[in-house]
Amino acid sequence: MNQLGSIGLIAGFAFALYGSVAGAVGGKLRSLRVTRSAERAVLAFTVMITVAVAALEYLILTDDFHGAYVASHSNRDLPLYYKIPVLWAGQEGSLLFWTWLLSLYSALVVWLNRKKNRQLMPYVVAVLMGTGVFFSLVTLLAANPFSELSLANGAAFRPPDGNGLNPALQYPSMVIHPPMLYLGYVGMVVPYAFAMAALLTRQLGDHWIRATRRWTIVPWMFLGFGICLGGHWAYDVLGWGGYWAWDPVENASLLPWLAGTAFLHSVLVQEKRGMLKVWNIALVMTTFFLSIFGTFLTRSGIVSSVHAFAQSSIGPYFAIFLAIIVFFSLTLLFLRLDALKSENRLDSVISRESGFLFNNWVLMAAVFAVLWGTVFPIISKAVENQTVTVGASFYNKTTVPMGLLLLFLTGAGPLLAWRKTSFQSLKRNFAVPLAAAGVVGITLFFAGIRNLYAWMSLFLSAFVATCVLSEFYRGARTRQKFCRESFIWALYNLTMRNTRRYGGYIVHLGLVLLFVGFSGLAFKSEGKALMQEGDLLRVKNYLLRCESLTSGDTPNYTYLRASLSVLKDGRALGTVEPERRFYKASQQPITHVALRSSLAEDLYTVLAGQDPESGKAVIQVFVNPLVAWVWLGGIVMLLGTLLVLVPSRVDREMDLLQAQPQAAEETQWL
Amino acid sequence: MGNKRLKFGIGIGIILVVVAWEAITGFQQSKTYYVTVRELLSGKAARHRVRVGGVVAPGSIDRRNGMVTFRLTQDSDSVPVTYVGTDPLPDTFVGGAQAIAEGDYTADGVFRADHIQAKCASKYQAAPPSPGKKG
Repeated sequence: MNQLGSIGLIAGFAFALYGSVAGAVGGKLRSLRVTRSAERAVLAFTVMITVAVAALEYLILTDDFHGAYVASHSNRDLPLYYKIPVLWAGQEGSLLFWTWLLSLYSALVVWLNRKKNRQLMPYVVAVLMGTGVFFSLVTLLAANPFSELSLANGAAFRPPDGNGLNPALQYPSMVIHPPMLYLGYVGMVVPYAFAMAALLTRQLGDHWIRATRRWTIVPWMFLGFGICLGGHWAYDVLGWGGYWAWDPVENASLLPWLAGTAFLHSVLVQEKRGMLKVWNIALVMTTFFLSIFGTFLTRSGIVSSVHAFAQSSIGPYFAIFLAIIVFFSLTLLFLRLDALKSENRLDSVISRESGFLFNNWVLMAAVFAVLWGTVFPIISKAVENQTVTVGASFYNKTTVPMGLLLLFLTGAGPLLAWRKTSFQSLKRNFAVPLAAAGVVGITLFFAGIRNLYAWMSLFLSAFVATCVLSEFYRGARTRQKFCRESFIWALYNLTMRNTRRYGGYIVHLGLVLLFVGFSGLAFKSEGKALMQEGDLLRVKNYLLRCESLTSGDTPNYTYLRASLSVLKDGRALGTVEPERRFYKASQQPITHVALRSSLAEDLYTVLAGQDPESGKAVIQVFVNPLVAWVWLGGIVMLLGTLLVLVPSRVDREMDLLQAQPQAAEETQWL
Repeated sequence: MGNKRLKFGIGIGIILVVVAWEAITGFQQSKTYYVTVRELLSGKAARHRVRVGGVVAPGSIDRRNGMVTFRLTQDSDSVPVTYVGTDPLPDTFVGGAQAIAEGDYTADGVFRADHIQAKCASKYQAAPPSPGKKG
């Protein structure tokens, strides 16, 4: 099986190499035959990498500990549903997994475009397979999951049972978090490939943007959902009472998401007004670059992080690949600047266009701030030979105001008209949302909220929510009047007629929920105590009593469990049972958080340790208001994005209309 | 046209100034120097708001009266550390683990850490806590 996996990987590399060269040649010679052969190479690449993945999964599931990878990341007693994710639990496997996802995306692109975008496809294939060459090469040379456990090299024995999956990863949302995140990262290569192909073929109308609309939304959705799952995992498993720590690894996933968000908005300006063409290409490049850069950052161990892998040999490969991307992208962009002239100018500062422009500025400023903080240790080391790191307060101080501005634009932008908004329409559109936000703001003030940022966040949340809901309401009312439909039916038809617009609004509502959740961070409280049977701990309006401390044993781990009864304002709420587990295979302890979650607040209890002298348990308790809103916001954003992906009725009509001129364009090109 | 540009310039200018100001103050508040044990002992490195990285000396962890002391080592050099933070120590904090202690290096030669991060010793070539976020 090890050999089979290696053969699959090598053959995959060969097909990728052929595919990238043949794609470029096919595009240059405008030869359909060569292009078709490049496309067949993509499919062969996919098959080969699938063979390699299947071989590795087979080794994992059959507990074959001859290979170094399986031996160090799996163990015999691991349940099946945690054995499958062993594929992406370590560096080698996750690079292979990445390559596999790339191959699946590529095959899908080839298949869906077998009759479309013929002039772009050769170069699209060339870029996709160029990336495939890189990833299969790195996997082969620097991080091969099929290498045998070397007995001479450090490892003194062959573990009969495997060293075990890191216990922190043995958690349901951790099973799907990495695939989601990877689908996001890897998928960003598709819009990038189309943008490059558009530059190479000088097909720089908004054709490539239409062709990649869904290809951008899908990875963006996966990335966002993956980030949410990661936060949820951190919250539920790591036991420090929060979901976001501005760790370099977390930042690395946020960066391409922010850049991708900017791109999703600015393409609308190009579609409607023919503006921002250079900017859009630059954003696609940035998003792809940040996806790869994120991998580089965390896989190479160049930034010290508790999350990150130790120093590894893949760093230089990524550095070279990133340099190639930057050089190739910028050269091509520069050579095509003349073809990217804007068709229109900005008419007014208070217009939809400028709303989008501000949105982009804020998002890119956030990218810059987060990137700056993340790479500052590297820069300071290079410049003054002192490693200086920045902490959470740097990120909070910069991103919180940007986030609030973004939240404001989320509500205000869609209410502005294209080109120019009259004062009359401003008054008409903003009166109700401002009134609603005002009522909420005053209520919050009298309810005793004095934290400025939290207050602003909630005030703006009310404003944006009202803006979005009033859009739905007014649209449905109009339909109700003209089409004589019931209100609910009108609402449904309105949404389905333009899923992109109304799905987008639902994503915006999700963002509002997210910000409501973030506001809760200002009102956290916590407490800590050494406890044994009968001890009490008071945190805020909660009173916890330790009922028992028990220990036990399972095949996978041993545990210590505290049973705490909870009283809130004197009312009994049942018991919570935080645990501390010690996993046998990996010899690692881990806390198992016990949560009582509600929309208002979470009671978060951790058995943080045991005092060796007294045998008492270290119990830590957090009261975290509004956290559930964050998860709710993530789900609503996901649902909204799914709705965007449903074809609009308007879109289908537009496609029919545009099929004709585009066909003419294509014959001209050939 | 000029008027429009001006309005835009003002809008973007305000954003930039606010962000830059927040960035600078946030940076000043939260910047910490990262040093190795040897650099710390050499006396040339900063002494306050420092993160010092090293390996927790096996068997040196001493928990008494809710206080935790241990030695952080780099090859033959070591520095005594007293943990004065309120968060419970991470699960990965054991003898032989790589750890980063954040705090001040006091005049009596003891490092007072209010925050400790630890990465598991590489006996098992420890898998990271979150591979997904790597990539």
